Amino acid sequence: MSSNDSTGKTLLVAAALCVFCSIFVSYAAVALKPEQIANKQLDKNRSILAAAGLLEPGKKIADLFKRVEVKIVNLETGEYLTEANATTDWEKAIVANPAAYDQRKAVKIPAQSVVLDPAVDIASIKRQPKYATVYLAKDEQGEVETIVLPVSGYGLWSTLHGFLALKTDLTTVVGLGFYEHAETPGLGGEVDNPKWKSVWPGKKVFNEEGKIDIQLIKGSVDPASPKAAHQVDGLAGATLTSRGVSNLVNYWLGSSGFGPFLAKLKEQGV
Amino acid sequence: MASETKKILFGPVLQTNPIAFQVLGICSALAVTSNLKTTVAMCIALTLVTGLSSFFISSLRNHIPSSIRIIVQMTIIASLVIVVDQFLRAYAYAISKQMSVFVGLIITNCIVMGRAEAYAMKNPPVQSLLDGVGNGLGYSAILLSLGVVRELFGSGKLFGIEIFKLVNDGGWYVPNGMMLLPPSAFFLIGLLIWAIRTAKPEQVERNEYQLAPQSKALAAH
Repeated sequence: MSSNDSTGKTLLVAAALCVFCSIFVSYAAVALKPEQIANKQLDKNRSILAAAGLLEPGKKIADLFKRVEVKIVNLETGEYLTEANATTDWEKAIVANPAAYDQRKAVKIPAQSVVLDPAVDIASIKRQPKYATVYLAKDEQGEVETIVLPVSGYGLWSTLHGFLALKTDLTTVVGLGFYEHAETPGLGGEVDNPKWKSVWPGKKVFNEEGKIDIQLIKGSVDPASPKAAHQVDGLAGATLTSRGVSNLVNYWLGSSGFGPFLAKLKEQGV
Repeated sequence: MASETKKILFGPVLQTNPIAFQVLGICSALAVTSNLKTTVAMCIALTLVTGLSSFFISSLRNHIPSSIRIIVQMTIIASLVIVVDQFLRAYAYAISKQMSVFVGLIITNCIVMGRAEAYAMKNPPVQSLLDGVGNGLGYSAILLSLGVVRELFGSGKLFGIEIFKLVNDGGWYVPNGMMLLPPSAFFLIGLLIWAIRTAKPEQVERNEYQLAPQSKALAAH
């Protein structure tokens, strides 16, 4: 047994074990990657449909998703990216296949994103893509029914990624849901709780003057209050996650987020 | 040999149950048992990890230097858990999302480490494999019974299929919301241990201390 405890043997066992285990783990991770990516995409689509209130049990996500049109928006000007205004190669590539565009990847590419001034960056996302994907969910007649906007922002532990769906009046919320976050299960993780999500539909994100007015408050909203439509119950025991959700909704509806796009839609109609 | 195998495999289910007798691995038992789908996934994951890690650790036991044995065990367990997690993400995404961190936490589950250290380091691979699987089954038995009780009384369903019609849907059953919260599993495990130890008094632990006889010092006043 003493030979087992020699320094040489210890190092040898440690090194061999590390090499073997890392090969084993990386092989599994790489081999299963395509399946996982497909699952993630499916989950994202499900989340878009859920935010838009289009999810029907028993129907395939892929079939339901056919009613959703994917568009790319220039966040600065609020205009759709089309063949006409695509100048660079990467912009043209996005136009060719908008469904494949991933704005979360774009954030990591310097040419496709901008650094945010900390003063406006209330959602703590640091960088913002130049282009964002929006989803237009249509009814049976092909009329746009709901506009689904991707939103993200920092909570307590993690960046929350989700979707905010608005009615065509661009003020009334249809739904809000997050498909990826790592908040504390049971506290901040309750952003996934269907009961909490069900308080969002019907809320108004803009007030009469057209200013953003939506806030998560501590405790429950008093339904008699005149501000009730602009307030949402905060999550119990998750002050920072609630604040994060408040911030990210305010940020993405604001002038550095989808503000210009929403203004354009209001002007021109959906 | 046959009876020996049976004893190693099923002993931990009935006699030396990891949760009820050894009182290990309680945390995940609280977290994942609010519905049966995640419970079953967790049971399979844990049984696989305990069995395989015991097998590999036992195969290497004569070469593991005792100074780094815990970290060697951890590395093997962690690798297996990551692979299991990857599989869940690839083939059971919804479940893996619900189980979130608890798959990863199998690494620190006391049952896995406990069996590796207490059994696999001293016994040959096949027995260790059986011992690991047996303890996984023991854990599963308790988890499944918790899962059945919690899902049935908490949401009136089993595997998401309606058993009791809820009042909200026009039925008769008022769900017990507490069953869906983690503390209810504590109460249930407590009751279960009480029942088992009443039926099998030999499992009751001896007191670690004796109460001193009542002192008479008060008489001085």
